Amino acid sequence: MELDQARLRDSLATNEGPYFGEFGGRFVPEALIAALDELDLEYQKAKVDPAFTGELMRLHRTYTGRPSIVTEVPRFAQHAGGARVILKREDLNHTGSHKINNVLGQALLTKRIGKTRVIAETGAGQHGVATATAAALFDLECVIYMGEEDTRRQALNVARMRLLGAEVVPVRTGSRTLKDAINEALRDWVTNVETTNYVFGTVAGPHPFPAMVRDLQRIIGEEAREQVLDLVGRLPDVVAACVGGGSNAIGIFHAFLDDPGVRLLGLEAAGDGVDTGRHAATITAGAPGVLHGARSFLLQDEDGQTMESHSISAGLDYPGVGPEHSWLASIHRAEYRPITDAQAMDAFQVLCRTEGIIPAIESAHALAGAIEVGRELGPDAVVLVNLSGRGDKDVETAARWFDLLDDDPAEKVAEIPGEQL
Amino acid sequence: MSTSPETSPGTSRETSRETSRVTSSAGPASRTAERLRELRAEGRAALVGYLPLGFPDLAGSVDAAKAMVAAGVDIVEIGLPYSDPVMDGPVIQSAVERALAGGTRVRQVFGAVEEIAATGAPVLVMTYFNPVLRYGVDAFARDLAAAGGAGLITPDLIPDEAGAWIEASDRHDLDRVFLVAPSSTPERLASTAAATRGFVYAASTMGVTGERTTLGTRAAALVADTRAAGADLVCVGLGVSRPEQAADVASFADGVIVGTAFVRPLLEAQDRAAGLAALTKVAEGLAAGVRSADRTIDR
Repeated sequence: MELDQARLRDSLATNEGPYFGEFGGRFVPEALIAALDELDLEYQKAKVDPAFTGELMRLHRTYTGRPSIVTEVPRFAQHAGGARVILKREDLNHTGSHKINNVLGQALLTKRIGKTRVIAETGAGQHGVATATAAALFDLECVIYMGEEDTRRQALNVARMRLLGAEVVPVRTGSRTLKDAINEALRDWVTNVETTNYVFGTVAGPHPFPAMVRDLQRIIGEEAREQVLDLVGRLPDVVAACVGGGSNAIGIFHAFLDDPGVRLLGLEAAGDGVDTGRHAATITAGAPGVLHGARSFLLQDEDGQTMESHSISAGLDYPGVGPEHSWLASIHRAEYRPITDAQAMDAFQVLCRTEGIIPAIESAHALAGAIEVGRELGPDAVVLVNLSGRGDKDVETAARWFDLLDDDPAEKVAEIPGEQL
Repeated sequence: MSTSPETSPGTSRETSRETSRVTSSAGPASRTAERLRELRAEGRAALVGYLPLGFPDLAGSVDAAKAMVAAGVDIVEIGLPYSDPVMDGPVIQSAVERALAGGTRVRQVFGAVEEIAATGAPVLVMTYFNPVLRYGVDAFARDLAAAGGAGLITPDLIPDEAGAWIEASDRHDLDRVFLVAPSSTPERLASTAAATRGFVYAASTMGVTGERTTLGTRAAALVADTRAAGADLVCVGLGVSRPEQAADVASFADGVIVGTAFVRPLLEAQDRAAGLAALTKVAEGLAAGVRSADRTIDR
């Protein structure tokens, strides 16, 4: 017993929720508690069941393409103070981002519980596409909630989800973006919870989602830790990842939580700049409160109303953040910094031009953080960056940003200030 | 929040035990419970009416609530507009969005409660938790009590997470109305009943607020189960919109909670006077329904 407590005190990586310090919990309608309890119980059983973990590993190998490789990027690193920069290539996964890691686990769990329908929220469409993919693979009915604004901006991802057999429901309430898509998915879940599992896309939401999604993403850091040790012969000085809800960041951070010499750096979307009010830098500029089922940092006004976030990256455009990040920030184990749209797009262009890799704009925030911290630490430093997704989905946004389109001037970007994908 | 990293999922039961201790040591009787028992003695259920603060505007929402009381509503629920109302259907969502767009502020609820409470009806505030957390849980309770409010209905706050609110409501003698749902286990019905002060809000069906043509049989079963789990007073909400539904629910519950059916006439009315007239008509119909209930079946 004493030993266990000592181990718990010493390890930051064994926190199973529902609380992470003062954050987390289950701030949801009572109607959902039975389903959350069922999910939690089944997940606790599944994660130690070799049939479940073995099947998930088989899918990772034969379907997702894991382990994902790491790539050292020396030409990019010249822009980062000459530090050694190593990318963890989650962009090479099937469906193009880390989202598939989580979704395959939750889809397997859905089958195990015996539910036949899955719902999910999506912002840019990456989690929606991953969920639609898993639903096709596992023969589940699939409904994706997406803010109407986002369906317009991400028409191609809407088509992708529909090709995969999912129903995409445009959400016309509130700000018509990701936050409202989550509200609508929660309303669906309250109504259809007997047949339906909610495949939540990030490490936010009520318990058990923050701990469960983290566990399903933890493979990123477990692989990367070994890969960096093999490549460099030591642990990295810094692990950098972008943070919206925070699933790719928690996924890569976790294997390093108990390595005190490794700095964990979360990069939040600062949009036009934190001081402009048009941003999504939740930990940097928010305050603790309750949103979407958990207590965590969030962007809120003085009445506790959720504020709209802004970012060029739809995947980071969320006014909340996972409770474990709020905890890691509060105990100073991880550091969170803001990266503006302009900084992210500069880093995006540098990686394209120096390494021939087009990153997701979300991941470009992590790259910008690597440039910043590489310059601070100099050539002796090793910086591991989670390249959480690829930029195919962002080509149009980037082309507009860099003014690369030759089309009708009447449709020029200048007309769409604040375009967010 | 009195949570710690060592807290595990299993501790929710302990919290519930604590809350039941707190309840049993509570001071003066709940005003809402007192009213419900008076009506029970008269042989009928209460009609509980919901309207959101600030819709169509601040004064309009107060006038509408008073009109509702004049037309036969016994207990008033004032909804605090919130940006992310996950338990509400489209009608209440649009009213709340308009209230927020009109500049409704959290602190305005206290003045509104004071005016509506002057009618003599107990006034509860229905609110998602974050605005209360942001205002300060104890400060909110203090100001609500000072305004003559009866307590809070908290759709996204379960007793397991409500430590601070349970303390504050005890300190300021306020009701804390928690919800139960058809999916609640017997253990949760018991812990929720024990933590509640005032009445238990039984959600008639799985879902969000809104009118439904049929309520099914789950509501009556849930009320019976909730009573068996230790609750004295149980009111039923979600989906009730017509007089015959109100009569049906009034035959087995202590109160019939109606929201959307009161909000809709205000949303659809051409002008303020027409809205109030339509609202009054709906309230009179539901009040008659509640009074016509055959209570011999269950009591």
